[in-house]
Amino acid sequence: MAQPGSKWPGSKWNDQRVEGMLGTLLQTGVVISGIVVLAGGVLYLLRYGRVPAHYETFDARRGSLRDVLGVMRNAWHGDGRAIIQCGLLLLIATPVARVLFSMIGFALEKDRLYVLLTLIVLVILLYSLLGGAA
Amino acid sequence: MGSVAAGLLGALTGLGGGVVIVPLLALAFHVNIHYAIGASLISVIATSSGAAAAYVREGFSNIRIAMFLEMSTTLGALFGAFLAARLASGIIAVVFGSVLIISAALSTRKLVEPLVAGPPDRWASRLRLSSSYPTARGPESYEVRHVPAGFGLMFGAGTLSGLLGIGSGAFKVLAMDQVMRIPFKVSTTTSNFMIGVTAAASAGIYLRRGFVTPGLVMPVVLGALAGSAIGTRVLVRAKTKWLRLLFALVIVVLGAEMIYGGVTGRF
Repeated sequence: MAQPGSKWPGSKWNDQRVEGMLGTLLQTGVVISGIVVLAGGVLYLLRYGRVPAHYETFDARRGSLRDVLGVMRNAWHGDGRAIIQCGLLLLIATPVARVLFSMIGFALEKDRLYVLLTLIVLVILLYSLLGGAA
Repeated sequence: MGSVAAGLLGALTGLGGGVVIVPLLALAFHVNIHYAIGASLISVIATSSGAAAAYVREGFSNIRIAMFLEMSTTLGALFGAFLAARLASGIIAVVFGSVLIISAALSTRKLVEPLVAGPPDRWASRLRLSSSYPTARGPESYEVRHVPAGFGLMFGAGTLSGLLGIGSGAFKVLAMDQVMRIPFKVSTTTSNFMIGVTAAASAGIYLRRGFVTPGLVMPVVLGALAGSAIGTRVLVRAKTKWLRLLFALVIVVLGAEMIYGGVTGRF
């Protein structure tokens, strides 16, 4: 059965169906990260709420939460700031997940050209998050 | 806590939070511009991903166009983030102000559906970018044009996004509907997809540089999330024309403030 938008009528996968699933996935990701940020925020404000924060200048000591592993380790110990950062990482991950799942979608549609294009985008995103000089 | 308002205002007006968040944090709260940009990038992702589900259901966005152009915007975003670390804060502020004024001008422009004439682009057919979108009269097909020019412009949009922490949606839409001749509904929803991915490409670098700081970003992001949830509902009923005009005015004032602040060395 051919579905609208499908270039390969034999395949049950098409752009619309993949997009629909992605939409749900993204919304879930955003809601979860929002809850994590809020939870971390409450913890953080309970501890530091009365201390005025200064963001006028760059402070390297704030840089302890710069990498994924460091953030998770601190979050595990109940550090509010690290839990917020965890939620933010989740949020950054939502568009990355969108790209990843688009790639899987293109693979299921057997569209090699777009699997390659999407892979390039994914590599750029992962380079930004994990590798290379900042 | 006042930054919650920025998220709300940004989402309400539809031009994206970043355009408001950076000037508000930098001008009113005297936050270092790099921290402000880091916070703004995260909120841009929040609004983009949050709105995505609603956009996807309408079936307008074209993931092929998005994915192809994202190669360009993400590279641009990396370049923008690279520049941000090397330019003085004052220069970034001046560029920001100028971009604000230009986007205000773009946002008041009349939305005219592009005229389609001539044969489709060779690249468009090779990349299978042309598609169709639902209208009241059933699916309507469209062709994509000037693919290399659009691809090049997207690099610029990505650079602005990485340098200034904005979604640069106005520029993406401009490139898509004016240059590539993509129908307006398709270009706005597709641009929403691209904004999130582009912002993620530079957000990673800001995070690893230590410019994404939890205490500051937390209220901004929660504000943006709440704002986009409320904003999409309010926007349907509000008189968008006056809202847009008012917002454009606010943006011009903010832009002028940023330029003035940048020139006088306030940042």
